Amino acid sequence: MYPYIPNTPLDEQEMLKEIGLESIDQLFNDIPGDVLLKRELNIPESKSELEVTTYLKSLADKNCSLSELTSFLGAGAYDHYIPSVVDAIISRSEFYTSYTPYQPEISQGTLQYIFEFQTLICKLTGMDIANASLYDGGTAITEAALMACASSRKDEIIISTGVNPQARRILKTYAHAQHLKVVEVDTKDGVTDQEALEKLVSDNTAAVIVQNPNFFGIIEDLKSIGEIAHKGKKTSFIASVNPIALGLLKRPGELGVDVVVGEGQPLGISLSFGGPYLGFMATKKDYMRKLPGRIVGETTDLDGKRSFVLTLSAREQHIRREKATSNICSNQGINSLAATVYMVTLGKEGLREVATQCVKKAHYAFNELTKSGKYKPLFNKPFFNEFALVSDKDVDELNKELRKENIMGGYNLGNEYPQYKNAVLYAVTEKRTKVEIDKLASVLEGIK
Amino acid sequence: MKDYDKLIFEISKPGRKAYKLPPLDVVDTPLDSLIPDEFLSDKELDLPEVSEVDVIRHYTNLSNKNYGVDTGFYPLGSCTMKYNPKINEAVARYDKFANVHPLQTEDCIQGSLQVMYELEKSLCEIAGMDRMTLQPAAGAHGEITGIMIIKAYHEKRGDHKRNKIIVPDSAHGTNPATAAMAGYSIIEIKSTEDGLVDLEALRAVVGEDTAGLMLTNPNTVGIFDKGIKEIAQIVHDAGGLLYYDGANMNAIMGYARPGDMGFDVVHFNLHKTFSTPHGGGGPGAGPVGVKKDLVEFLPVPMIEKKDDRYFLDYNYPNSIGKVKDFYGHFSILLRAYTYILTMGRDGLKKASEMAVLNANYIKEKLKDYYYLPIDTLVKHEVVFGGLKDTLSEVTTLDIAKRLLDHGYHPPTIYFPLIINQALMVEPTESESKETLDGFIETMIAISKEAESNPEVLKTAPHDTIVRRPDETKAARNPIVKYEG
Repeated sequence: MYPYIPNTPLDEQEMLKEIGLESIDQLFNDIPGDVLLKRELNIPESKSELEVTTYLKSLADKNCSLSELTSFLGAGAYDHYIPSVVDAIISRSEFYTSYTPYQPEISQGTLQYIFEFQTLICKLTGMDIANASLYDGGTAITEAALMACASSRKDEIIISTGVNPQARRILKTYAHAQHLKVVEVDTKDGVTDQEALEKLVSDNTAAVIVQNPNFFGIIEDLKSIGEIAHKGKKTSFIASVNPIALGLLKRPGELGVDVVVGEGQPLGISLSFGGPYLGFMATKKDYMRKLPGRIVGETTDLDGKRSFVLTLSAREQHIRREKATSNICSNQGINSLAATVYMVTLGKEGLREVATQCVKKAHYAFNELTKSGKYKPLFNKPFFNEFALVSDKDVDELNKELRKENIMGGYNLGNEYPQYKNAVLYAVTEKRTKVEIDKLASVLEGIK
Repeated sequence: MKDYDKLIFEISKPGRKAYKLPPLDVVDTPLDSLIPDEFLSDKELDLPEVSEVDVIRHYTNLSNKNYGVDTGFYPLGSCTMKYNPKINEAVARYDKFANVHPLQTEDCIQGSLQVMYELEKSLCEIAGMDRMTLQPAAGAHGEITGIMIIKAYHEKRGDHKRNKIIVPDSAHGTNPATAAMAGYSIIEIKSTEDGLVDLEALRAVVGEDTAGLMLTNPNTVGIFDKGIKEIAQIVHDAGGLLYYDGANMNAIMGYARPGDMGFDVVHFNLHKTFSTPHGGGGPGAGPVGVKKDLVEFLPVPMIEKKDDRYFLDYNYPNSIGKVKDFYGHFSILLRAYTYILTMGRDGLKKASEMAVLNANYIKEKLKDYYYLPIDTLVKHEVVFGGLKDTLSEVTTLDIAKRLLDHGYHPPTIYFPLIINQALMVEPTESESKETLDGFIETMIAISKEAESNPEVLKTAPHDTIVRRPDETKAARNPIVKYEG
């Protein structure tokens, strides 16, 4: 017997009899002989919970966790404080063992938190409408670009090299399949080169995409980039934002952004080696019927009671099939619940305080690390909680030395930007302490 | 607290807090000397102000308005709502799995890479494929990854005229939507009366423009398509490739493998077949497996092993590129691997056996009461076409809503599209005979109610927190955020 399979041998016999069969094998009589697998699968036999956890613990032990290291790694995924309430709520199996809320009568829990999530994302971004989430920040950028192309019937996408390199790779993968043209506009002094952008934007431009703060941690001038973008006819201005930074920065909705997307991982989602995370997308009313993904709306029931349902589904694949706005058939359900609980737990004051501490600690680290002149700023521009430093040392060697002191160093920018050899991108969140930052500075200083 | 009906915004009160951070321990420089004023918001954040108790009570009350697999029977056809083992949740929360940054140096992520490496090997064996990418985030995401791989294959051969994907009319909506998103036009072919691929119809449409065919087997009617080898032959002879939608893999683990049926590309839904939670809509995971000839096109990075070291390999010059951030939904992959280790080859096979036994049992017990368009051995699910009395004014929707009163999640309704008034029941292996008998009894009672008192069905549900929310109103006058 297996713990998750309740039928007993006696049950099996009784049920087979009802069906008019004699053996379990007969249930598979319809599989032709030349397709039937005539051997056992070549994977190990079943195991007990104790054996499985012992084995998986031994694998886990081959990782290092950020609870034993001090991390200054960011580059798209961030080590923020996650309040205990988040896991308490997302561990409730009424939430995580449910399916997509197609039956609203017994899914009001899921539907309402998605409605709250959409509201919170709108408040944070200053936009009119948000969907119920997408796979992650990178694919959200691609979905936004595809939406801009489909609604403008144009095929050229301009994207800044200040956008996360892996997001640009995803965009290129999809664009290739749809025969869309992706044009990269370079950065200058660490920010999107506005002069170059101005030359590229034309009436053929479906979308201009930037990231804020950009991949180097620098704050982009969304307002003036938006003005350039909008010189193209029906060109959408898309910004990928860090939601924590919105605790302090002007809302994209006030700055002329048409579609706001982003990676929601900083909002209470564990790092988990890269996923699952949370893509979000918010936009203006005009795009309401063009949005990809699920949307929850408010309505009333037979008794006039406020209730929530999946709505505007005429955009979606199960109704529209090949004419759908996207093939997406899920949202990040339980992760959007984590982000919702995080946003309301931190609330009005908290999100601002987290953002403020990030900025102040990052700037303190920047000052300490650059004090002696051994490590120089790569750029001189206002940044949020990440900054790039350059030296004559190989980044991997630096990080190796830091590892000996239980510090996980920054991201090697040279991996994706060959022109920035020996440059490191450091991220500092509210979790880092003065003592940890001072130690980073002193270890770096001591490296020969 | 059945009547709790507040939004979190409606219980906010100025001054309340649910968090506390350590005091700032570095020099407190004024913000505007760090970031220019023009970038800083001059408005307060409009987020709720609540206490921790408020947060916990609010979302606990919301959870009570939900129905999950842990609540009861969830026979949602095509979704494989099997039990989500608790060991999976525990393992995903191990500190050394959950608190690992994806960009840590390779010496610090050997455990995670090994999990992915071993999971890939297991899934390849179950699928009969040569390599697998774990990157896709969901079934639909796996589909588009697979179709882009097929596209890359034809392109590399310089075969640019292949611009069509063939999809049976019984397919999931994601199949045609995916093919369109990958830049293909779609040819839909009719199914036979038995719900199988019509070989003549297939022969009539394949040709030099065929890029591939997308198929589930067993199909969406729950029937194993015996003609699969011939289907594969027809498509391959025309120069196209075969895509396997793994939505129904729970029916055949250890009995048949898509790779042996002739499929070139496969995706699995780990949230269906491999017990990871559906999470109220996600996140899932949709790994994609391919045959040897297509390995070079897989997304990067792949996980490789050399001298007992695991590493991320980006050296695939013909790769389609990346399809998502980082390496996939790692903690979902980990849950699925935990399940595979727990079940083993014997348990997985047993799971398919019991899933099929349960579906056939329900079919036998209900076919005198509900219309069964195709009466044959089924695999993991059975599709009825509404009540046996086809003249009844009671619809499939009414039956589904009445089931809610009895504490069941209804089956999938109105899918597949090829069956009128479809009621698609997938019990999975997680359910006992007693649970099935209870459901069967209720379904029979409902069919009798349809004759004696149809009104009670037309106005169902009666005992739920809300009753038939008005979807037309929601779409006509969309309220998609709280404006209070």
